[in-house]
Amino acid sequence: MDFDLTDEQDLLRDVTREALTRAYDIETLLKVAATELGWSRDVWSQLAEIGILGLGFDPEEAGQIEMMVVLTELGRRLAPEPVAQAALIPGGVIAELGDDEQRGLLDAVSDGTTLLALAHQEPDMRGTATRVTTRAERHGDSWTVTGRKNPVLAGDCADVFVVSAALPDSSSQSDGVGLFLVTADSVQRRAFRTFDGQRAAQLDLDSAPARPLGSGGDATASLQRALIRHQSALCAEAVGAMEEALRLTTEYLTSRRQFGVPLSNFQALTQRAADMYVSLELARSMNFYAAMSIADGNLDPVIAARAKLQISRSGRHIAQEAIQLHGGIGVTAEYPVGHYAARLTAINQTLGSADDQLRTLIGALGSYTTVTL
Amino acid sequence: MDRRFTVKLAFSDGEAAFRDEMRDFFTTQIPADIRRRARDGELRYPDDVVTAQRIMNERGVAVPNWPTEWGGKDWSPLQRQIWSDEMRLACVPEPLAFNASMVGPVIARFGSQSLKERFLPPTANLDIWWCQGFSEPEAGSDLASIRTTAVRDGDSYVVNGQKTWTTLGQYADWIFLLARTDPNAPKRQAGISFLLAEMSTPGITLRPIKLIDGGYEVNEVFFEDVRIPAEQLVGEENSGWTYAKFLLSNERTGIARIGTTKVWLAQVKQRAASTPTGRGSLLDDPLFAARVAETENEILALELTQLRVSRSETDGKPNPASSILKLKGSQLQQAVTELSVDVAGPDSLPVGAGDDVGSPTWAQLAGPKYLNYRKTSIYGGTNEVQRNIIAATILGL
Repeated sequence: MDFDLTDEQDLLRDVTREALTRAYDIETLLKVAATELGWSRDVWSQLAEIGILGLGFDPEEAGQIEMMVVLTELGRRLAPEPVAQAALIPGGVIAELGDDEQRGLLDAVSDGTTLLALAHQEPDMRGTATRVTTRAERHGDSWTVTGRKNPVLAGDCADVFVVSAALPDSSSQSDGVGLFLVTADSVQRRAFRTFDGQRAAQLDLDSAPARPLGSGGDATASLQRALIRHQSALCAEAVGAMEEALRLTTEYLTSRRQFGVPLSNFQALTQRAADMYVSLELARSMNFYAAMSIADGNLDPVIAARAKLQISRSGRHIAQEAIQLHGGIGVTAEYPVGHYAARLTAINQTLGSADDQLRTLIGALGSYTTVTL
Repeated sequence: MDRRFTVKLAFSDGEAAFRDEMRDFFTTQIPADIRRRARDGELRYPDDVVTAQRIMNERGVAVPNWPTEWGGKDWSPLQRQIWSDEMRLACVPEPLAFNASMVGPVIARFGSQSLKERFLPPTANLDIWWCQGFSEPEAGSDLASIRTTAVRDGDSYVVNGQKTWTTLGQYADWIFLLARTDPNAPKRQAGISFLLAEMSTPGITLRPIKLIDGGYEVNEVFFEDVRIPAEQLVGEENSGWTYAKFLLSNERTGIARIGTTKVWLAQVKQRAASTPTGRGSLLDDPLFAARVAETENEILALELTQLRVSRSETDGKPNPASSILKLKGSQLQQAVTELSVDVAGPDSLPVGAGDDVGSPTWAQLAGPKYLNYRKTSIYGGTNEVQRNIIAATILGL
């Protein structure tokens, strides 16, 4: 049992943190968020240069712990670049399932020139469900997919989509789901902003030409693994956001003066900051747990649900208290803490809320005596 | 597994072997009836505690946190954590905290050679049952405001004053206490000394304090012109506050009591699964199951946090992270006793009614236990004090 990062992982964290600190302060963030793309191509290129956009594509190379390290830094700076959504998660699926030609796409992904998106979420779908209503149809050697995907994170800018679709031979009771590559020019997309300032899109696929990933067939297990990896990435990002939200709050409590004294003189406030810290530590632990399990080859939806449940609880607690302990400045757009709260809230609603995680967990409650690692 | 990852969740072979060794020892060498009584809240004091500690001491695992020359083990923090977890999962009564975690380490660290030789072996073996004389009626969270005095008179200190919340003092042979030896010290912390007294010394009287669960576990202790031999001063006169701080920050491997909370939650699940609601069992009820799942998840999160914290433990230096373990650990113990009384429902109302009424014994104990465990967020530094420590030392507030 060991919770220490390697020197290489430490270095990756430091380099990422330095690049993002240089790239973003709150003014720059707001400026970039107001552009149509919502993030910066320059920063994207820098991330590509560091080697971040191809993490985990090579099965021989490191993956989930590095992804955790990087996503925590993105969360800390509130960087809007869709590293997980547009590169690592859909790229990981292509790396796992794709044939040689399809895996050839990944070079352009890791050098930052091609953007991907996983188009899986559908209306009326919650949590990390894998069943979809989008249909795949076979026409001789070629395939098409038909259906609606919404919301597709980073779907506004993706060049290529990894689309989940029910296979034609799967009965309505079965989960037979295939994964297909669909290019952006064959979908109808409606791009929009999300409440945390990020971007997404709705895709309408109407007999869109689709290429099955690899040899095709049921890809439910791969899809589930991708969702679990994404869940872990979100947890890591949330931990970075929580750390910074708490840092901003403690800084504010020591610098802001009311009644002639710093706010930190009031135990009504410092006691609550202490509780935020406890929430943060529990979230850090579960974030480690999720990423370490995946790194050990254990991609377990129950572990993902456990981690996300704690991250949701801690994220909501820290976000709400960070705003409240700041007072009015906490709800202004010009000050960062409210934006952290927005991002943490959006993360809670991505791949399942706390209640969705609880639904996963209560199903198995009676099947074991005590919870173990 | 990638060899380049050092972040590892699984136990190494050595760690797993150690866990198996501890598990085997606790589940085969500590009598099953003692472990059953501990699990069901029916432990017999003081006999069960003494028996268990002596078996552990014979095996050399009663006081692993002590220096090796006095019976301690050169274990890693993780090994100590495993030892504590396995002991709790096996429902073994832990070595008496006043001996093993409190006065033992203080004497070993600050006591003279003769004090060590005189007290450490019987303290490890629970031949001496110690109790704690720290809190006073006017000194709770504000411990430095103690008023009990010790005045040097020849070869003795003459002690006058009152201690309170003295847990299990009714079984104690000896008491370790803080007393004011210099009332004129520039800082009130500077005039305090750490003394050892035999409970049978003339002038010491004990008065029980009955608690809301109807039970008796804490006491008031009165000192009236009690003569304590000067050789029973630990360390130096007026340095007692330093030793007290060391004592209070010394032990944190067991402070969260995670293994015990897990065992209790397993009991809650088992009982809920056999409690009908009209639509399946209580454990099938999403409302109740969600509370169980939520609590269980926090236990796991705290267990991982404890593993992270214990790895960074350095001998003798208090780590403020232990405040998290105390704070959250006490909340989880309380959450589980709350779930337990909620499972019992109306069967929790009878108490001490015997086994010829329809309410099972565990249910009859659930209400008193729930009430009793309100103590955990108060003793050993209230949760508010823990939050202050976190705010001051970790957050810099």
